[in-house]
This record gives sequence, C-alpha cells and structure tokens, in this order.
Amino acid sequence: MPDVQSTVLEFVNKLRKRKIEGSQATARCTVELLRSVISQHRVPHANQASALIDAVKAVGEQLVAANPVELAVGNVVRRVLHIIREEDLSLTTAAMGGLDLLDASDDDEDVCNKGIGYPAMSAAVVAAAARSTLRPPSLQTLLEGTPESATVPYTSSSGADSESKTADKSSITRKLKHDVIESVNQLIHEIAGCHEQIAEQAIEHIHQNEVILTLGSSRTVLEFLCAAKEKKRSFRVFVAEGAPRYQGHLLAKELVARGLQTTVITDSAVFAMISRVNMVIIGAHAVMANGGVIGPVGVNMAALAAKKHAVPFVVLAGCHKLCPLYPHNPEVLLNELRSPSELLDFGEFSDCLDFGAGSGSPLLQVVNPTFDYVPPNLVSLFITDTGGHNPSYMYRLIADYYSADDLVM
Amino acid sequence: MESRRNPRAVVDPKVRQVGFFTSSQPDSTQQPDPIASESHPVSSISPSGNSLSPVMIPPPRHTSSDTFPIRAAAASAVSPSSFSYSSRRDFPDGSTTASPGRVSRGSFAKSSVPAASSLPGVGMDSMAAAKSSSVPASGLTTVSVVNMPAGLSEKATGMEVQSDQKKNSKPLKEKTTKAERRALQEAQRAAKAAAKVEGGKAPPVTSGSVASTNVKANKPAKPASQKNDGVAAAGGASEKKGGPSEKDRKKDAPHPRMQYDDESRVVKAKRRAVVKQTEAKNRVELFRHLPQYEHGTQLPDLETKFFQLDPMHPAVYKVGLQYLSGDISGGNARCIAMLQAFQEVVKDYSTPPEKTLNRDMTAKISSYVSFLIECRPLSISMGNAIRFLKNRIAKLPITLSESEAKTALQSDIERFINEKIITADNVIVKHAVTKIRDGDVLLTYGSPSAVEMVLLHAHELKKKFRVLVVDSRPKLEGQLLLRRLIKRGINCTYTHINAISYIMHEVTKVFLGASSVLSNGTVYSRVGTACVAMVANAFRVPVLVCCEAYKFHERVQLDSICSNELGDPNAISKVHGREDINYLDGLTNNANLQFLNLMYDATPSDYISMIITDYGMVPPTSVPVIVREYQKEHLLV
Repeated sequence: MPDVQSTVLEFVNKLRKRKIEGSQATARCTVELLRSVISQHRVPHANQASALIDAVKAVGEQLVAANPVELAVGNVVRRVLHIIREEDLSLTTAAMGGLDLLDASDDDEDVCNKGIGYPAMSAAVVAAAARSTLRPPSLQTLLEGTPESATVPYTSSSGADSESKTADKSSITRKLKHDVIESVNQLIHEIAGCHEQIAEQAIEHIHQNEVILTLGSSRTVLEFLCAAKEKKRSFRVFVAEGAPRYQGHLLAKELVARGLQTTVITDSAVFAMISRVNMVIIGAHAVMANGGVIGPVGVNMAALAAKKHAVPFVVLAGCHKLCPLYPHNPEVLLNELRSPSELLDFGEFSDCLDFGAGSGSPLLQVVNPTFDYVPPNLVSLFITDTGGHNPSYMYRLIADYYSADDLVM
Repeated sequence: MESRRNPRAVVDPKVRQVGFFTSSQPDSTQQPDPIASESHPVSSISPSGNSLSPVMIPPPRHTSSDTFPIRAAAASAVSPSSFSYSSRRDFPDGSTTASPGRVSRGSFAKSSVPAASSLPGVGMDSMAAAKSSSVPASGLTTVSVVNMPAGLSEKATGMEVQSDQKKNSKPLKEKTTKAERRALQEAQRAAKAAAKVEGGKAPPVTSGSVASTNVKANKPAKPASQKNDGVAAAGGASEKKGGPSEKDRKKDAPHPRMQYDDESRVVKAKRRAVVKQTEAKNRVELFRHLPQYEHGTQLPDLETKFFQLDPMHPAVYKVGLQYLSGDISGGNARCIAMLQAFQEVVKDYSTPPEKTLNRDMTAKISSYVSFLIECRPLSISMGNAIRFLKNRIAKLPITLSESEAKTALQSDIERFINEKIITADNVIVKHAVTKIRDGDVLLTYGSPSAVEMVLLHAHELKKKFRVLVVDSRPKLEGQLLLRRLIKRGINCTYTHINAISYIMHEVTKVFLGASSVLSNGTVYSRVGTACVAMVANAFRVPVLVCCEAYKFHERVQLDSICSNELGDPNAISKVHGREDINYLDGLTNNANLQFLNLMYDATPSDYISMIITDYGMVPPTSVPVIVREYQKEHLLV
C-alpha cells in the first residue's frame, strides 16, 4: 500500500510545518486518513482486529509525533482504535452468542441472554469482553474476576471452539472491516456536524440582551452565537482582538457579516469590561481529562477575571477535542511558541541589539506562546455535542469515547 | 516672598507620622523637608536630608532659602529651546526688533514648555522615543543637577531679574502698535507651521476625546472643587470664596463629572467649546456617558483657530495641541508640561484695570484648563496640580504687589514640579530599589516612568535582575521602554499581555505605575494594569505600585466603566506594521461593529501588595490617610 504510505507522509509533513491548523480541520483530515489506512490494509484471517489496531497505531504514532501539541490528532487516533475494538467485540459476542445484533449496549441484557439461552458459552469471555470496552463498570463484571487477558476477545478463536464459529469465520473477517469503516464514517460525520450539535443548544444558554465576551476565532463559537441570533435573540458580543494573531478581528468580521452587534476591544480591556459581561464563551483547543482547557492565548486571563466577577465561563468543545490525558505543566508542555516577529519588528530594534556577539546570552528575548491553560476550577460549563457538562464530569465523558488500552500510545 | 512665608513656618511645626516608624524626629522645628521623607536605606539627595521614618507625612513648609537651590536647578533644567514649538530661528529678526519685549518673551522665545524638551540630557534621538522618555530622564537627570546647586542659583536670580524686567514692559502689552501685532502674527504663523510638523510626526494615538469630566459641569469651567477648597477662603482674597465654610465643606466632595448622555448639558458644553469635534458615529452603548469623538478632526480645526484665540496664551495652546496629537503622554509629563505652560501664563500676566489679580487670574486659568480638557480630558494628577495652583492664587495676600505675586506664584509652581514630581520620583526610586534583590525577575506593564527609573537605578547599583516587559495594543508603549532598557544593558523579555499567564510563573515581583490612586485603594492606571495585577495575584506574586502622592485623589471608583477615557477607535482596527491583518478594513463604518479603545482601568485594591509613594511604602488601605494628610498640606503649602 504505497499510496497510503505517501499520503501519510504528506499529512505528517503538513502537521509538522503547521500547515493545518485548528483542531477541527486536523481531526477531519486525520480521521479521513485513518479510514483510507484501514480500508487498504490487508487483514490476515486470524487476529484481524489486532492487526488493524497495530496498523492504525503505527500511523497514529507518526501523526502524533509530527505535532504533539495538536491533541486532536491523538484523540481521533484513539477514537478509531476504540471503534475497532468495539466492532470486534460486538462481532465476537454476536458470533459466540449467535445473536446478530446483541449490540453491546447493555450489560444486563448481555448477562440475561447468556444466562438463559446459551449456557455453553464461556462466561469468562463475555466478562472480559465487557470489561475491555469500558462499559460502565457494573458490580457483576467486577466480581467475575477472570484473570486479565486483554487479548482474549480479539483472538476470537481462543475463547471458544464451537463448530458454528469457525464456519462463520470468513464472513466475520469481511464484516469487521466493513463495520469499522462504517463507524469511522460515522465519526467523520460526527466531527463535521459537531458545530450544529453544539449550536442547537445555544438558545438554552443565551437570553435576550445578553452581553457575551469571547476571544480567539473559533468556528464553534461563531456557529453558536449565530444560532442564537437566528432564533431572534438580540444580544451583544464583545470580542477581544487576541494579539498578536488578531483572530478576534477575524471573528468580529464574520459576526458582523451575520448581523450581530459586535464590539472589538483590546485584550488589555478584558478586565475592565468583564464586569458588564454576562457570560464568557470560548472555543477550546483541547479539553483535558481533568476538565482543564487549552485555549487561545489570553484565555486564562479572561477566566480569572470572569471568576473574580462571578461571570459564567463557558467552553464549547466538539467531541474530538476531548483529550483523555491528564495535563502536567500544560502551560509549557502543551504549548507552542510562535515567531517573535509577530510581536516585535526586529528591524526597529537592530540598533540596540548586539545579536549575541561577545556577550554570552542575548539581552532581548521575545515570548509568543500560542495556547493558554485554564484550570478546571475556573470553568463553569462545558458544552459538547452531547450536552452540557461540569468540568468534574469530563473524565467520565472521555471514558465513553476511548478505551483504556489506548491512552498511552 | 520671604515675608510671606516666614510667619507660616512658625505656625505649623508639627510632624505627622503615619503607620509605624522607626526613628522619631524630635526637632520638628528644624523643618524637615518633604523631599527628605525617606526611609533608612536611602541616602538623602536633598541638601537638608534628614532621614525619617518609612512612612511619614512631614509638614509642608520650607524656608525658601532652603529649597531655592533646588528650584533654581529645575529652573535651569527648564531653560529654553532645545526643542521648541516655534524655533526661534524661524522668524525673521526684523519682526522681533519692532517689539523685542513683547514678542520674544511674551510668546515664543522662551517657550520651551514641553517636558520633552525642557529636560537636560534627554536623548533627542527620535520624537517617538522622546515622547515618553522625557519624564524618566528628567527624574534621573535632576538628581545630578540637584547635587550641585550652587552654580545654578545664579540662573535663578537671573530669572527673577527677567521677570522684573517684564513687569516693566508689561504696560506695553495693553496698547500694541501695528508693528507689534504684525510681529505677533508672524510668530504665531511660525508656531502653527511647527505644530503641523509635530502633529504629522506623531501618530495620533492618544485620545483627543475632548472636553469632559468635572470641568464643564460648572459653568465657567472650573475643575472640580478646586476653587472652593475651604481654607482658601481664609485668605480673604475674594468675597465669593469667603462664603460659609459649611458650604465649602460640602463642596469638598468631588463634583459630579460631566455625563455625556445628558443631552442638554452636552449641547451647552458644545456651545462653549473652543474645539469643535464631530461625534463618533459608532458609539459604544455602554460608554454613552463619556465623550466619543471622531479622531483627527480637531487638530486641523484648532490650528486654523490659532489666530482667533486671542485670550489663549500661546504656551497653553501649544501644550493643548501636544496633548491632542499625543506628543506628550504619561501622567507626569502631561502635568509638568501644563504647569510650565501656566508658569509662562503667570509670567506674562498683567492685571486688567479694575480687577483683582486673584480673581482674574483664577478665571484665566480656568478658561485655559477648559481648553486643555477639550484637547484631552485631564488626568487626575493634573486636576490636583490645578487645584494647588488655584489655591495658591486665591491665598495670595492682597498686600503683595503684582510683580511679587507673580514671582511667588511662579516659584510655587516650580516648587510643585520639583517637590511633588521630580523629587517624589527620586524618593520612590530610593524606596523601590530596596525591594529589588539579585536574581529577581521583575515584570512591568506598559511604560511607567517611575518604574523605569527604579529599574535603571537598580541597574546602576549593579543589581542582577531580569525584566519582563509586558505590552499591549494599540499603543505598544512597552516597546519604547524595552528599547531604553536594552540600551542600558538590562536583560529583557518582551511579550504581549495575552501571554501573561505563561510568563507569570517565573516572575518574582510585579512593578506597576499608576495614573492615580483613589482613596478606596483602587489603582487607576493604563488599561491592562488590572489584568496584570490579577494574574500576578493568582500566581501569588507581589504587586508593587509606584505612584507619586500628588496623584492620589479622594474620589472612589469601583469599576472602569463609570469614569474613563476613550481613545481613538480606529487604532484598534488598524494593526500597525502587520499588513496581513486587514480583516476589518472595510467595516469601520458598519453599524453593527464598534471599536472600544479604553485608556484606563481600575485595579481593585486586593490585588495590590504595596504602594510605593514619596511618603514611603504603604498598603492600599493607607491611601485615604495620605490623601487626607496630603490635602491638608496642599492647602497650607
């Protein structure tokens, strides 16, 4: 599959050169790439799920390494891995149980079926399978303490050796890949549609004559505000300009184009204005498992000011922005320094710089970070495509999307 | 002068001490100089430096012989024409010969009013740099000047002689000959040309939002409560002032400021205004109560008015234009420029027949002040300085002859500049430097003059520290500070205010400047200061505010909305030096889009660890104490 390899390399290059920016665009590109990886991957007869997982992981590692700051890549890769595991599990259970659509949605039902109709099946397999999918841990699955064997469900032959199963095998192989691609398509759809999902909730959060402060340029925020506007709410938006990238200008332009009352303020006026603001709405770059937010630079300042004035600080995040990692020193480790030329014109300063000649270290340093970290205690609410959530609940939401085996790639 | 001051020295010998203090100063009769009110580590810079407790408010008197050298030094500092509005060479000698006395002195020859020019040793390298370098430079240079006062006292006497001469030539002013008038016009034209050049050079960043606040509120445009500060009445200068003291007391509370959403008042104010301005089309709803004008509309208009403004003194006019164009910015620089202009006014003043000096001059000053307000709203520090000046005028004994009164006033102004601004800055530097240790990482925001002096002084003391300069759009004043610090070889890091949480980890102390400190401890300062203080507070970094005590005000304020100043909105949509940022180019007239360029914000006192002022280092809760004591002193000086 040379063509896949080349597209992967191309994408890696783009990530490395930061040609693709914005978590949504990156997520979509990633998931499309992974889909082609999966579809062109030739699966062996045995262990096909793990083979797929290995292939996706290999690609995923390259992508993550290309731009470790763009957490959406890792999120999507984990998500795809999770999909493969889940599809495989449902196929396994279906095959073992002979049930076509025992879509592993409910443990109790699972257990019921097993207990009544198919006593021959190994309870251990089902239990292990159930655990591996990160189902809500029920007391039963916990108590059925079979020795841990993560591989059990995937090597489907090892679990049971009934005649019917081997007969079905060939159909399963084809079915797995097909199902996975179906699900990945769903994921693509989900990522593309997360704006609408989030925007639908706008009307519940924005009231008449509200004053909203936002910063950075986020399509999610734009759609969110416009959705409220379309529902005939009239409100006013303050946009902090977000120097030195001035994405606030971009957002303001689009808001004005859609007919919203927009006021552009300098970043330094955030504290001055926050006392007259009813709500701060920002789009996240990534949401960490502890409920912390990585957003455009300057967000932490706004969050602190909002906290001081008891203004709700609302973060909009599509599901692809949920990152299952717990941050350590995120201001530094999950940040990226951009070019100092955005802040200073070095031509103007050339006369007072000696450019390190002679002296050991240069006199002037310029810091231009891209992101800012907001600790969870400053966030009032997350609005994701599945609804509103507390920062303290994010870990649970994340557990729904990713399987525990993939957290460390 | 002597005769006026001596009795007072006897009247009020007590030393007020605030807070805890280490050494008490028993010999209060020795008249401790305010400039010497420093804490222990400070080696005094004034000739009569007796070191006092860390926080103390000394009585505000001196024998004039004591302070005269200093005054003289500053007078020489202020001496003419390193950069002048209309440079002398510009106008032909022929015209001046017609009326040497009138033209050359009266209007321009000695008109080096702007602070930028008046201070020796300021690098005149570029206008942009000069704009804000002026004040710090003044502070620093005066240290050295003060140290050798002997040689300079001559100049001061020379100055006196001059003003005496002028008194003689004063009567000429009344009946100017045709030739004189022509000469004057000539000079004014030259001045105008110079102004134009200046205006072109300086980016019109400062707000020209004109007219404002307190002054317009009461009819003949008297800033706030100036005129009625109780004790002034005791001077018996004018019958109006001599009114019942209860009334004065009541009026001590700050006068309600002009509210621009009050239509009838706005209309009235407009009728009075010298400067006609177009109102901005896209006004921000929240700030209807503040003046919002189109920028850049006033300057040409004012320039054409130059000839019609007969009552306006050229020095005042020039300072007004400089405010408008943004050539002078920064609290101290603006205040010094204004006071020096008023000094010129006093120098050229002659009492009209059948009027008393006190009343007429107060009215004159008031009209000048209202003009300055139209150019740019007064800062609180300027309000305080004006209040001081009016007080001095009101309290002039009627027995004084005109020339004596004028000399007294001029020296009063001189003294205010020296003691309240320049010496105060030196004292602040001495205090603040003790807080800088080796290895410190200091953060500062914008380009506060006092902090700059602190940093430079600490560097001179060979302390090893690093400075983080945080800046913000649209003024980017931090770049000017950065440039000056780097030139001195200080290790700097530069960033924008958005990145403040990123860099706050490494900071050990935050030094901020202030436009004013209000009596509830709120620090009213360059917009963004509150953000910096808040983040510093969140990261448990101490915040030190350097502010001269003359900027303290008894007003209180809770937010940054009720009273503020609006800058040029177009400065926000245009990003200087970044052509790629042009998203908002065609949208400036869109009804849905507004730009808000706030100039100041109010930092709550809980973010402030310490305020370093010329009376020592105090917590924000002590501000009302200083305001109270200071105001008393103010009236007694």
